[in-house]
Amino acid sequence: MITPTLIHIDKLSKSFQGRVILDEISLDIHRNQITALIGKSGVGKSVLIKHIIGLIEPDAGDIVFDGQSYATMSRKDFAAIKSRCSYMFQNNALFDSLTVYENIALPLRERAGFSTAVIAEKVAHRVAQLELAEVQHLYPKQISGGMQKRVALARALITEPEIIFFDEPTTGLDPIRKNTVFTMIHRYHQELNFTALIITHDVPDIFYIAHQVHILDQGKIIFSGSPIELERSTDTDLHQYIHGHDLLVDELTGLHSRTEFMRAYAAAQHDTVGLVSMQIKGLRAVADYDGQLTVFALRQALGRFVGSLSECSVFPAVFSQEIFLLLLPLATASQLEHVRTALKSFFDQPHVTALRERNKISIELGCALVPPHTAACAALKDTLASCEIVL
Amino acid sequence: MVHDVVRSLAGLTGKMFTELLEHMGRWAVFSAVSLAGMVRMHRLLPKIAYDIYFIGFKSLNIIVLVAFFTGMVLGLQGYYTLIKFSAEGMLGVAVALSLVRELGPVLTAIMLIGRAGSSISAELGIMRISEQIDALSTMNIDPKQYLVTPKLIAALICFPLLTAVFDCVGIVGGYFSSVLLSSRSGIFFSKIQSSLLLADISGGFVKSVVFAVLVMTISCYCGYYTHLNPRSSGAQGVSNSTTSAVVQSCVYVLIADYVITSFLM
Repeated sequence: MITPTLIHIDKLSKSFQGRVILDEISLDIHRNQITALIGKSGVGKSVLIKHIIGLIEPDAGDIVFDGQSYATMSRKDFAAIKSRCSYMFQNNALFDSLTVYENIALPLRERAGFSTAVIAEKVAHRVAQLELAEVQHLYPKQISGGMQKRVALARALITEPEIIFFDEPTTGLDPIRKNTVFTMIHRYHQELNFTALIITHDVPDIFYIAHQVHILDQGKIIFSGSPIELERSTDTDLHQYIHGHDLLVDELTGLHSRTEFMRAYAAAQHDTVGLVSMQIKGLRAVADYDGQLTVFALRQALGRFVGSLSECSVFPAVFSQEIFLLLLPLATASQLEHVRTALKSFFDQPHVTALRERNKISIELGCALVPPHTAACAALKDTLASCEIVL
Repeated sequence: MVHDVVRSLAGLTGKMFTELLEHMGRWAVFSAVSLAGMVRMHRLLPKIAYDIYFIGFKSLNIIVLVAFFTGMVLGLQGYYTLIKFSAEGMLGVAVALSLVRELGPVLTAIMLIGRAGSSISAELGIMRISEQIDALSTMNIDPKQYLVTPKLIAALICFPLLTAVFDCVGIVGGYFSSVLLSSRSGIFFSKIQSSLLLADISGGFVKSVVFAVLVMTISCYCGYYTHLNPRSSGAQGVSNSTTSAVVQSCVYVLIADYVITSFLM
């Protein structure tokens, strides 16, 4: 559900020493929702947040916060907006001459109306939640990077602000604490119903708690929408943001992604292209019972084997968890058959056979010469239809 | 050719002048905002107390040491100069007036620049590059009033007091010289009592107050705006800011000393 806009960024531009960081960016941050801002390192995500919090002045464009334009806002009004916000810095920005306790208490101490007892109670609550009790009397330099991150998080949450900007809140944390941070943000959001803007590289974890996602690339917002819309997007440029882990696996196994396969198939310039399909039925179960690393080892071995085929140029790809495809742009029917036979020999190897027998895996191989302009899915269906159980 | 050189020189001069004006303007606003923070002094009392301890108490030993030897040197030099005119009885007056009017405020300021000004500039510079100052701003805490105002108040308290200590210890140092060199040391203090006026002391006090504002605002300014130096960043930027704070503070203290003296004489 889309809630009303709280912050509207209107054609914001910023350059540093002639290098354009933000190029007429426009986006909306909705009230009471968690908005994620993702993008590669150094594209200006933090710069964008610093504009909203008033640490950086834009070269052009405007920010409208709760209906009030920054361009015409008085200093007093802006101070009122800042008192509603909290910002967790990427490098924590903890005061190194103050202890952990004093760091967390500082925002409360500097606001009138909190007695020492109330401050102590609120800080003790946050300290307990973030498992910082043992280090609260130490200085930031005396604790680990992960603990510093949690201290910064505690400081950001201590005033229970309406709007919180998180700049990479989980960077440097171990997976367990990373989950704790996201869970906490999610739980607090449900309790306090704040508005949050989170910069993160933790994809896909962030998609489980974010309502809206914006992707920043080369100074522009290239996607704005819900995580589901992003996942369903067929835009190949967005693929790398949602399947970053898969891309790493593909890179290591030598097998290309589904998107790259589609691109290569569409770019084929010949009358017909060869398509070899492999369905490894039961591979999903191997992932469930033996683990992803076993599947990865099989994929890596398959990738190496396909790479060693010298008949003609082969473009191997992972189409789904159990379907693998080989695209052979210059292949003849006999070459396709040869590749198919070679693949059968791969699955006949003793260590692969042992894996097949242990997990009741069946292998189906099919091959076909298809015209390149046929829709890829249709060609694939035809090829899969021609599959025969070979092992 | 000559035309191009003249043009580029004019451009360079203009750029330097513009940068200087921008620098001065920013420093003036920075100082004004920091001074304005004094109206809410009650909230800053713990920080002021710490800064008095840091700027004042921790500088006391070095001030006493320097003052004592300065007084001794003045006594020594004064004695051998005055004895040529058979006026060695005036040594106490010469030492006291030199210290109270001139050397006391100036040397105290220069010692505090070296001990406290450089340290404060480095501290603020590190806070700037590690985004601690930005963090204060995001918490809706005015960084200038939170960080600079307490130091300014502490300096306004410590500079005159340390100057007074410098004057007294310097006079004692001068007296020791006098005792070592002359058997007529008793006249040293009696001449001071009869010749030193309240106007001399108040002149030194005015100087110390002006130097306090100059030293503290310049030192804090250099550290606070470390990030605006386009020629350096990070640790090197902090190092440059600290050097700049010390050099500029010394130069402005000496210029201000001349200006105030010309008004007081």
